[in-house]
Amino acid sequence: MTTGPGGEPVQLLTPRGERLADARYDGYLADVDGDAGAEVLEGLYEDLVVVRRIDAEATALQRQGELALWPPFLGQEAAQIGSGRALREDDFVFSSYRENAVAYCRGVDVGDMMRVWRGCANAGWDPFSVNMAPTQVIIGAQTLHATGYAMGIQFDGADSAAITYFGDGATSQGDLNESMVFAASFQAPVVFFCQNNQWAISEPVGLQAHVPVAHRAPGFGIPSVRVDGNDVLACLAVTREALERARSGNGPSFIEAVTYRMGPHTTADDPTRYRDANELEDWRERDPISRLEAHLDSRGLLDEGLRGRVRAKADDVAARLREETVHMPDPPASAVFEHVYTGPNSELDRQRDHYGLYLAGLEAGHGHGHAAAEREGAQ
Amino acid sequence: MSETVHAGTPGAPATVIREFRLPDLGEGLTESEIVAWHVAAGDRVTLNQVIAEVETAKAVVEVPSPYTGTVVELLAEPGTTVAVGTPIVSFEVPADAVRPPSRAGSAGGGAPAPRREPNLVGYGAVVEGTGRPARRSRAWAAPAPEAERGEGEPTTEPAAVEPAVEPSEAAPVVERGEAESRPRPERPRSTPPVRKLAKDLGVDLVGLTGTGPGGLITRDDVLAALGAGAGRTEAEGERAAEAGPAVVRAAGERETRTPIKGVRKHTAAAMVASAFTAPQASEFLTVDVTPSMDLLARLRESRAFAHLKLTPLTLVAKAVLIGLARNPTLNSHWDEGAQEIVQYHYVNLGIAAATPRGLVVPNVKDADAMTLAELAEAIADLAATARDGHTRPADLSGGTISITNIGVFGIDAGTPILHPGEAAIIAVGQVRRLPWEFEGQVALRQVMTISLTFDHRLVDGEQASRFLADVGAILADPGMVLTMV
Repeated sequence: MTTGPGGEPVQLLTPRGERLADARYDGYLADVDGDAGAEVLEGLYEDLVVVRRIDAEATALQRQGELALWPPFLGQEAAQIGSGRALREDDFVFSSYRENAVAYCRGVDVGDMMRVWRGCANAGWDPFSVNMAPTQVIIGAQTLHATGYAMGIQFDGADSAAITYFGDGATSQGDLNESMVFAASFQAPVVFFCQNNQWAISEPVGLQAHVPVAHRAPGFGIPSVRVDGNDVLACLAVTREALERARSGNGPSFIEAVTYRMGPHTTADDPTRYRDANELEDWRERDPISRLEAHLDSRGLLDEGLRGRVRAKADDVAARLREETVHMPDPPASAVFEHVYTGPNSELDRQRDHYGLYLAGLEAGHGHGHAAAEREGAQ
Repeated sequence: MSETVHAGTPGAPATVIREFRLPDLGEGLTESEIVAWHVAAGDRVTLNQVIAEVETAKAVVEVPSPYTGTVVELLAEPGTTVAVGTPIVSFEVPADAVRPPSRAGSAGGGAPAPRREPNLVGYGAVVEGTGRPARRSRAWAAPAPEAERGEGEPTTEPAAVEPAVEPSEAAPVVERGEAESRPRPERPRSTPPVRKLAKDLGVDLVGLTGTGPGGLITRDDVLAALGAGAGRTEAEGERAAEAGPAVVRAAGERETRTPIKGVRKHTAAAMVASAFTAPQASEFLTVDVTPSMDLLARLRESRAFAHLKLTPLTLVAKAVLIGLARNPTLNSHWDEGAQEIVQYHYVNLGIAAATPRGLVVPNVKDADAMTLAELAEAIADLAATARDGHTRPADLSGGTISITNIGVFGIDAGTPILHPGEAAIIAVGQVRRLPWEFEGQVALRQVMTISLTFDHRLVDGEQASRFLADVGAILADPGMVLTMV
């Protein structure tokens, strides 16, 4: 397992924004440290601010009844942006439900991002248009899909990679452990990216991991690294290293990004019931955005121009997100029968017909109801 | 959301009134309590500005404004529990500023927006009426024409065809607006075994009020109707049934049932956990605190304490802290999981506070390191914050010992129950003027009883007694502190 000096997670940017030299990882940040570094850093800064705004707007929309549920990623922006921006277009992402900042990196439209959370679709986007699988709610199941996909890449002889995102809670699931066995056995080009946000809903990570979760991977024969998950540069560097390993035929990697879920597990959760506010204060001091701001400032890059530009972009994205969400048409009831099978299925056809008759039966007693339902369906 | 379009005065932009309905703020909640409004009618608000605090069964959450505009009316009082889907506030917003959300229907459009019923996640199907779904009657014969009908074609089947069925099964056709506002008469719902029971016993289900989920008639309802209706006419039986179980309190109702939730539920769980995990014992000590009261009066006049709220509680708290330094076992914790006794080397002093939302016990962190003035200020702050309902979660956790001030309610003594996880709790009684032995004679003195409950796993009677005696000695003669520190 790789760690920073003193066994701490790898850190390349301190909470005060100082860039730490690192013999192993500096090579992966040549673009950041080079002449055009300002542009890269500003891009990462914009990403962090915009996705935080997406998160805030979605949370507000849930409170306003426009979304059924939302899993905030507040505090985890650097882990998602750092790793997400390390990916190539032909890599494939298999995430859980919290990686909406990764989805943003993949180019998922913010409106599409909300469709599942409004209950309007089973999947918000076409997985193959952005090379990111639909939101996975079953804990850890996506790690199997990623490993299988990576084995497919191997059979194809391509040099792309699969990356799978999961939380600290998923490390206790059989699926992840089975995935790691297969990934190691077949030396599949897959990156296991664990966002250890300290809490599996209300269970602290210490209850399910007596040693850091990154310790487990070497037991499977998978090299691992603990990284400061609130350090966007460190997350970028370690993910690039892992992807390079995958592309060069050297098999899987395991990354534990040590971060913190600043908000609730989902909008239906109240973290103040199980965790100490002092903990929140401690992590606030390690905020991923203020850290990059401090660094930009120290390089003389954080002027009003940049701030204003980024703010305007965030405002624009938030407004579009809201607009698209509140005007999202409700799917017709019959949509529940779509996408169950890829082709026709007689049993499903029978169910669809019966359901149609049932609905017609409900509407028959209500002339107005029928018309209203048709309007709904037509939207 | 519903709306009305106002043409506006000439020159002024047209505005729209938008109602905001209470959403399902968690997954599958049916109601929430409005804790507080942060805005008032007439206030300008911006999008996502926090307008209210709402407590659900799961959390207290802040509700952000869905609009930029002006608050027209608050439709729910703080402290009331509101069903999901009920309008709670209305806004006046510029008509051209926002396209109406898809779920609100078309702006100024003819038909009112279909109302939706909240279900497990968000809003479900359009409400068809307040009763059961208007299921197609059994008289409905051929599904074929229905299936052949074009998708967009409105229904042409006249409602008047419906009476072909028995009255009790017919779902009367009601205009949508009416359907929402009043329940339609129909035979109450029941299950087949209950219908059989009713038939066997000769009880007519029409007119019975069901007490089961969603108004379902239960076996008990049938049996109750049988008992109530014995020897009466049917009409009398019906009236009796109507006067029976009801949600709204009727005159002479002998009990009211309130769901257990919120702080009450939390308090109950904490008390049960405390009562059934720690063997608790109590001791009492009545003390002549006249010297302390004199000291209090002098301190209040001194410049250093002039701006502070000094009360007998402040002195008791200080005495407790001094007593704990000499008897630290009362400031410890039984860690059942680790099979360890945790001895704290600091004191986070909990002060029980009765708040509008119930009992909370915020604590003063590192109270042992505070001067009397700092302690007085910290306790006053804590109490004020708790009364306002703004206690931070950090203030509620990490306590090591607690004090509850029952004296403010005019009570002398009581047996407090431990705050879970703590080894001791002190109840402070009222200061009363009583005839008391003083210098060999009976005099009118200021007397207070201190009650102590302790976890007998951690603390023996000897340690508890020494601690209580120390606290008493300090309050009886504050000068005794000189011998203790």
